Amino acid sequence: MYLTIDNIQKSFVNDRKENVKVLDGINLNVKKGSFVSIVGPSGCGKSTLLYLVAGLDKADSGEIRVDGDLVSKPGPERVVVFQEAGLFPWLTVLENVIYGLNLKKMPKEEAKAKALDVLKMVHLSKYVNSYPHELSGGMKQRVSIARALVMEPDILLMDEPFSALDEQTRMVLHKELLEIWRKTKVTIFFITHNIREAVLLSEEVVVFATRPGRIKEIISVPTMKDGVTPDSVTLNTEQRILSILQEEIEKVLKEEIGDDYSFKTDHLHRGDSGDMGSHI
Amino acid sequence: MFPSLTQVLDTLFNGLVSGQITLAIGKSMGRILLGFTIAIVVGLILGYFIWRYKLVEDTLGFVVTALQSIPSIVWFPLAIIWFGLNDFSILFIVTIGATWTMTVNATSGFKNVPQLYQRVAKVYGSSGFHFLRTVILPASVPQIISGLRIAWAFSWRALMAGELLGGGGGLGQLLEMGRSLGQMDLVISVMIIIAIIGTIVDNVVFSRLERNVEVKWGIRKRA
Ligand SMILES: Nc1ncnc2c1ncn2[C@@H]1O[C@H](COP(=O)(O)OP(=O)(O)OP(=O)(O)O)[C@@H](O)[C@H]1O
Ligand SMILES: [Mg+2]
Repeated sequence: MYLTIDNIQKSFVNDRKENVKVLDGINLNVKKGSFVSIVGPSGCGKSTLLYLVAGLDKADSGEIRVDGDLVSKPGPERVVVFQEAGLFPWLTVLENVIYGLNLKKMPKEEAKAKALDVLKMVHLSKYVNSYPHELSGGMKQRVSIARALVMEPDILLMDEPFSALDEQTRMVLHKELLEIWRKTKVTIFFITHNIREAVLLSEEVVVFATRPGRIKEIISVPTMKDGVTPDSVTLNTEQRILSILQEEIEKVLKEEIGDDYSFKTDHLHRGDSGDMGSHI
Repeated sequence: MFPSLTQVLDTLFNGLVSGQITLAIGKSMGRILLGFTIAIVVGLILGYFIWRYKLVEDTLGFVVTALQSIPSIVWFPLAIIWFGLNDFSILFIVTIGATWTMTVNATSGFKNVPQLYQRVAKVYGSSGFHFLRTVILPASVPQIISGLRIAWAFSWRALMAGELLGGGGGLGQLLEMGRSLGQMDLVISVMIIIAIIGTIVDNVVFSRLERNVEVKWGIRKRA
């Protein structure tokens, strides 16, 4: 296995100074070159896990290894694409993309040539000298992907990279990301809220349970040899994931809104039996 | 006893040509540039330590906030005791008022650097001085510029007050000289110069700097 996540535990201290367990015994193996998605209810610890893999944070216990090496700090072989592009507004598109290469001490000319190549791959050659504020949301996210790809990472960590974009832009970027993945053979670890997106893009979907975050089920997405999967198969997979998630979402809503919430009927009902507030 | 407008303009023109006023402008500007530069450097360094170390924040950070509320000229008696009634004392009060303001603004600029930028930089392997130079400092630029603007206003006022009382050959002293000679036209000429310089620096230098950054960052649209 290429990326191994072994029995990870992680807690945070909340505002009331209580210890809250966020990740409880996460075990996951990811093959080199695969595309794995993580779905789960809000707050179940998906980003936390991704930051641990990125080396931005430390686990309480457990190990994460990439190709056998223990992850202890960020490294250029594991780069993150965040939900918001996070481009530096004081740098041009080109300078943003070169940022990581400068840190790798790559010669200036070589770095520039490389950055231009990658920007071409994400169709932004015309905007190399623009500043981030001159770009649309989708273009910004492309730059952020280019900034990650130019590092030639082994693992691309993506934390809901497309969730702030409109539907059309997202569709285009899905296609581009799949092309990039096939071309570069990079391993992709992809977090999303969108089940359809997860099924459409990835080979494996990891479904998270919440409070504390655990892996509930891992579902492999069937793909046909020619790469085109019939809608019926995709839909089926989506349905399966949804039904697994439903239970978890219900659990969250019950905690947040109260026992009177029913996900299935999708409205708040005040039954006679509902003794309101007693659970508080 | 008001001098006529022509008399004032005449004095102003002659003062500029003869070098009397021009020299005083040079002296004052030189002094404020030096003091201001020191204030910026010291302010950024203190701001860094307050931002970086909790202990410094709880101690020095608190003191700086208190010191910031003292008008610069209040430091003058102390400066005279320490350094004597000379150039250095004037430079001291020009610097000190601006320093606290710069410190406070630098600290809040550093503190408000979005977590996202910091995470991005760390992902790409930035740390230590590189992190400071390529992320924390540039991301704080808007706040630092507004600090510069306030600091300048403090320095400029302190400079005039200091020169008025402590001499040193600048515009403030020229003003005082005009008064003692009963030369009202000179007094008003110098006041005009002081107003012009103050306006130019604030509205041209700092405003433009602020606007350039805001346009470049997309906070403000190009007019
Ligand atoms: N630095 C932190 N300090 C305290 N609590 C934190 C910290 N980071 C995350 N948490 C808590 O840990 C839990 C998991 O957060 P995380 O961001 O990993 O969730 P997520 O699954 O990514 O959610 P979302 O889908 O909304 O992005 C949340 O309850 C959050 O409040
Ligand atoms: Mg998240």
